[in-house]
Amino acid sequence: MADHLLEVQNLSVEFHTAQGTVKAVQDVSWHLDRGETLAILGESGSGKSVSASAVMNLIDMPPGRISQGRILLDGRDLLKMTDEERRRINGKRIAMVFQDPLAHLNPVYTVGWQIAEIMCVHGTAREKARAHALALLERVGMPEPEAALDKYPHQFSGGQRQRLMIAMAVAMKPDILIADEPTTALDVTVQAEVLSLMQELQRETGMGILLITHDLGVVAEIADRVVVMNGGRIVETGDAAEVYRNPQHPYTKKLIGAAPGKGQMPEEMDRDGEPLLSVQMLRKNYGAFQALKGVSFNIMQGETVAVVGESGSGKSTLARAILRLEEPDGGKALYRGRDLVSMDLKELFSLRRDIQMVFQDPTQSLNPRMTVFQLISEAWVIHPQILPKPHWRARVAELLTKVGLHPEMAQRYPHQFSGGQRQRIAIARALAMEPSLIICDEAVSALDVSIQAQVIELLDGLRREFGLSYLFIAHDLPVVRDFADRVIVMKAGQIVEEGAVRQVFEAPREDYTRALLAASLDPDPEVQAARREARRKMETAAA
Amino acid sequence: MAMSDTATTSPRPKRPFGTFLSLLWADKFAFVAMLFLLVVIFCAIFGPWLMSDAAGSLNLRGRNAPPFQLDLGWAMILGADSLGRPLLPRVIIAAQNTMMVAAGAVVFSMIIGTTLGMIAGYSRGRLGQIIPRLADVIMSFPSLLLAVIVLYMLEPSVSNIIIVLAITRIPVYLRTARAEVLEIRERMFVQAAKVMGASTGRIIFRHILPVVLPTLVTIATLDFAFVMLAESSLSFLGIGIQAPEVTWGLMVAQGRAYLTNAWWLSFWPGLAIILTTLSLNLISHWLRIALDPAQRWRLEMGGRKNG
Repeated sequence: MADHLLEVQNLSVEFHTAQGTVKAVQDVSWHLDRGETLAILGESGSGKSVSASAVMNLIDMPPGRISQGRILLDGRDLLKMTDEERRRINGKRIAMVFQDPLAHLNPVYTVGWQIAEIMCVHGTAREKARAHALALLERVGMPEPEAALDKYPHQFSGGQRQRLMIAMAVAMKPDILIADEPTTALDVTVQAEVLSLMQELQRETGMGILLITHDLGVVAEIADRVVVMNGGRIVETGDAAEVYRNPQHPYTKKLIGAAPGKGQMPEEMDRDGEPLLSVQMLRKNYGAFQALKGVSFNIMQGETVAVVGESGSGKSTLARAILRLEEPDGGKALYRGRDLVSMDLKELFSLRRDIQMVFQDPTQSLNPRMTVFQLISEAWVIHPQILPKPHWRARVAELLTKVGLHPEMAQRYPHQFSGGQRQRIAIARALAMEPSLIICDEAVSALDVSIQAQVIELLDGLRREFGLSYLFIAHDLPVVRDFADRVIVMKAGQIVEEGAVRQVFEAPREDYTRALLAASLDPDPEVQAARREARRKMETAAA
Repeated sequence: MAMSDTATTSPRPKRPFGTFLSLLWADKFAFVAMLFLLVVIFCAIFGPWLMSDAAGSLNLRGRNAPPFQLDLGWAMILGADSLGRPLLPRVIIAAQNTMMVAAGAVVFSMIIGTTLGMIAGYSRGRLGQIIPRLADVIMSFPSLLLAVIVLYMLEPSVSNIIIVLAITRIPVYLRTARAEVLEIRERMFVQAAKVMGASTGRIIFRHILPVVLPTLVTIATLDFAFVMLAESSLSFLGIGIQAPEVTWGLMVAQGRAYLTNAWWLSFWPGLAIILTTLSLNLISHWLRIALDPAQRWRLEMGGRKNG
């Protein structure tokens, strides 16, 4: 067994917190060979990042403590090395790519300087390092690499930044690349590009890639083997395709079962009659930049309309303009025939309760200093006509039950809940207003897959129960496919395609839509392989 | 405001005061600090009424009498000043003016500064431009010079000193409040409140203020000491508190001439200033934890390790 490149044996890590000792990972073993991609798959809190942190010596001790185990790099135990020895290994033999590249690039240095810095630290001359940095930028496909060397991190897009991080990581030709959720913050098309870049580099250098992810699609796209983690333990390990086709452990089965994009697509519904919301030529400019260039669409009563598009396509601006969180610069938004855009503030106030919003990140959208009861009942403080005060407690309990929480939780504060529970609270708060339209701005993107499925199910149930309509803004196509009736595809502030879900997904008319669909990742490795093939053909055809 | 809401809806009703006490007891330092402050406040309220005779009586045989000697009477336990007036009663009666000036200046500057800062931070219009410039104007003036000019023209009295000191301290709160509001305004829960139709007042007072307040309270406690000392420099220049009125800062200043042979003249009022400031700091630290739901468990679990 000594011939593995990197091997983790029976690793256990504990953290000492005020609530006692938390065992972050227990008895975890895995190995990585040269030229291989191993994915550690798990949801938040499963401990999937902890073993990688232990490899990189990133665990703060205390409060962390490695209570047992060995980490062997070429047969030598990293945990027995001095800090000096490990520093020499970090960056040179083992490199890491993080989820949020902006947070890991220093904003006050040029990227050329930062890439060269890594090489200088490991003993390369400055001039030589700069020349090498230029070559690296070319290699990772940075447009105009010469000019890019002298730019600062904020001047790049998210995908370009991730390319920079990869360039920095592979600068010293490491044997192992650890990528912690490398594409989670990126658009689907960019995600596909970054993943294929990593694969190309792997083929060239023969490095082993350790990929930490929550996304079955990413696993299907590039992993050879997968380690599934839950609650700090490895529940299943094996060949990626084999694990998907034939999961053994109940948790893996649940995870695969929860992956969106497999349900029956709804039939197109009858769209006659007065629309609930009719948006007409809505425009919004930020200075000279046109965020919305005249957007028009209708939402019928009881209908779910999804807006998809990449970041910067204007989909969030659209939601904010309809709600007048941003003042639109032109156009109309007729809600039951009344124009939200030209309405004065007083009239808008009375309509506020009809259109509610569920935000992306429930951690931020709930005031940390208010209890759940205060959060939900705030609706009735603001709009006293909905419910008289004596009924508040009963109604809060009812709403909490409706979204699948316990009524006793009303006295707790948001930080005492998990991400999925918080999003349920946010939904309960929106429901307290008794709205007829809920705008979900990436409402499930920040949640784990299994919780995502539950929240979608909850929203779907509420739609049937109350006849709610949704404007569902998302970048995740499989979720949209499961949940929406109609899809609007946006690009650069305009609608490029609109239609029933089945039509858009099965027979997209526009190239852009086709590109989006091709780039989205399917959890099935075989489907993914076929898509990869199709994408390659499209690229060759384009070239 | 949040407390009363919670209390009425709690499944196991607790008295807010009982919760307050148990949270305070959990942090022993804060508890002692609170006791000390209560003593200071008691002295400030009742001191002049109980002790002004003792504090004003001259005893020329006891000039600069050293502390811890009882042969001149109990009042001389902390020694006496250069005119033979006993220090203990003087420290006690000085608490009133000191606390009035310091608390008055801090409270006024905090209220005005925070209000202006929140308006400046929240409004996107011209007010948001003008108010910070106002703070710049005040800050560009040496605060002591400003105080000297104003007090030279106005009558030097306790209320005027409060006004002057309050004005010079406003920018601190204004800038902090504005900076914090600018950030919090963009947070999602503020947006969420807007979507619910919450009024501007409700957003500011219910959603933004509770988040900003702990920072401002911490600044205020630090400012408390600063204001006490600023007042003493004004008094030292002769435009602050006028004799026979007395404050701790003034006592420290007056004792300076005798530091080499009678250290206790400055020491006792100085100690009072230090202890008061320290107590306020400890309490503000405790308050910050007690007011934050995400931190409160540190106190609720018994306060073994907080901080």
